[in-house]
Amino acid sequence: MRFVDEYRDADQAHALADRMAALCRPGRRYQFMEVCGGHTHAIYKHGLEDYLPDAVEMIHGPGCPVCVIPMGRLDDAFHIAEQPGVIMTTFGDMMRVPGGRGTFLDAKARGADIRMVYSPLDALKIAHANPGRHVVFMAVGFETTAPSTALTILRAEAEGIGNFSVFCNHVTIIPSIKAILDSPDQRADGFVGPGHVSAVIGCRPYEFVPRVYGKPLVVTGFEPLDVLRAVHQLLTQLAEGRCEVENQYARVVPWDGNARALSVIGRVMELRGYFEWRGLGWIPHSALKISERYAAYDAERIFQIPGVRVADPKACQCGEVLKGVLKPWECKVFGTACTPETPIGTCMVSSEGACAAYYNFGRFSRKRVREATRR
Amino acid sequence: MCLGIPGEIVEILPGRHELAEFADLALVDVGGVRRKVHIGLLDHESLAPGDWVLIHVGFALSKIDETEAAATLDFLKSLGAAYEDEIAAFRESASEQE
Repeated sequence: MRFVDEYRDADQAHALADRMAALCRPGRRYQFMEVCGGHTHAIYKHGLEDYLPDAVEMIHGPGCPVCVIPMGRLDDAFHIAEQPGVIMTTFGDMMRVPGGRGTFLDAKARGADIRMVYSPLDALKIAHANPGRHVVFMAVGFETTAPSTALTILRAEAEGIGNFSVFCNHVTIIPSIKAILDSPDQRADGFVGPGHVSAVIGCRPYEFVPRVYGKPLVVTGFEPLDVLRAVHQLLTQLAEGRCEVENQYARVVPWDGNARALSVIGRVMELRGYFEWRGLGWIPHSALKISERYAAYDAERIFQIPGVRVADPKACQCGEVLKGVLKPWECKVFGTACTPETPIGTCMVSSEGACAAYYNFGRFSRKRVREATRR
Repeated sequence: MCLGIPGEIVEILPGRHELAEFADLALVDVGGVRRKVHIGLLDHESLAPGDWVLIHVGFALSKIDETEAAATLDFLKSLGAAYEDEIAAFRESASEQE
């Protein structure tokens, strides 16, 4: 393996810090939203806020697909899991997320057959090995994971596996960014665009952000210097009076995305009219469902799901955190009633959630970045 | 789950299916753990042993270079428990595969 110094160099980080400071107009404040939970992690883990000019503040967006699943959808999943003969499968991240009736772990303790899988293909394998049972895969994730679910359904059909279906909770990144831009308490001056999602969708879908809303957006990676470079590019655009989509992560993200992955999604899934997001409410065309053609693999059609609606716990302010209106530590229950061990809200459950990231790393920031960039 | 894990292609496996999307499996090494990974979302003719790919939930989603792979692995390791959970899930899933 080669070294990663080019993304970690402390001198470069300091040089960027100086250049960023020089770009800030005196008296002006800048707020940039990082949409992706991976970036939130990088910012806290490496204490990147210490490298930003005082006038620049990062606000954290909704980019954790586990965090935005509303409690009612989990209760619907428990309902499916409790049907006779069903094996429910999902990613490890989902196991401790609280719904209205507890978590998957609680449902398992009540007797439901719930299994953690790494890949939807593993769920398909379980179906193949258990012909007398019906295996449901609870699918979550943005466009990064949707192609995998879609390809698994195509594979199920090709292999003639009929005892397999998907409870589809895939969400799409663009409508959530639009919902944030339309929200009255929106205050971002620019966006740090997500990395791995963009490997699938590319950069073109973000072009409405500068065109319609007049805000710059820079797609970037997860290294400390990636994030700092993205903020530097945002400040440069604002200083030069430009407003564009820029790709700072071309080593992973092609401008047009991954055409094959997009075409597989398009073959198997279609947009929902509306989907409820935790904290953001109902957003039009913001999620995917299994298309009519593959109805036989759609758990929503196979099982009469109750369509449960559960209000978020009163004490929990995940909604405000997901919109970037509140910082994690400004939530009433952060670090007291709500911790990674006993989470109340989803932002504390998922390792990609803003609250978990801040709880685990945020408190050491200045020291951490020195360690990370010195190597 | 949302962040990809980098892995090195060890071998492109012969296809078992008629449809192009299903013929694409590769044996991939991730931090010393080997498992079959789906490469149907990439142009498989552009892939060869020694190439690095970013793997999401068992599917290779983009081809990357070695430096990027090292940087991503480093970042994932910095996440601590979250990365260990992902690798543990990967390993468990790999052992069920054979």
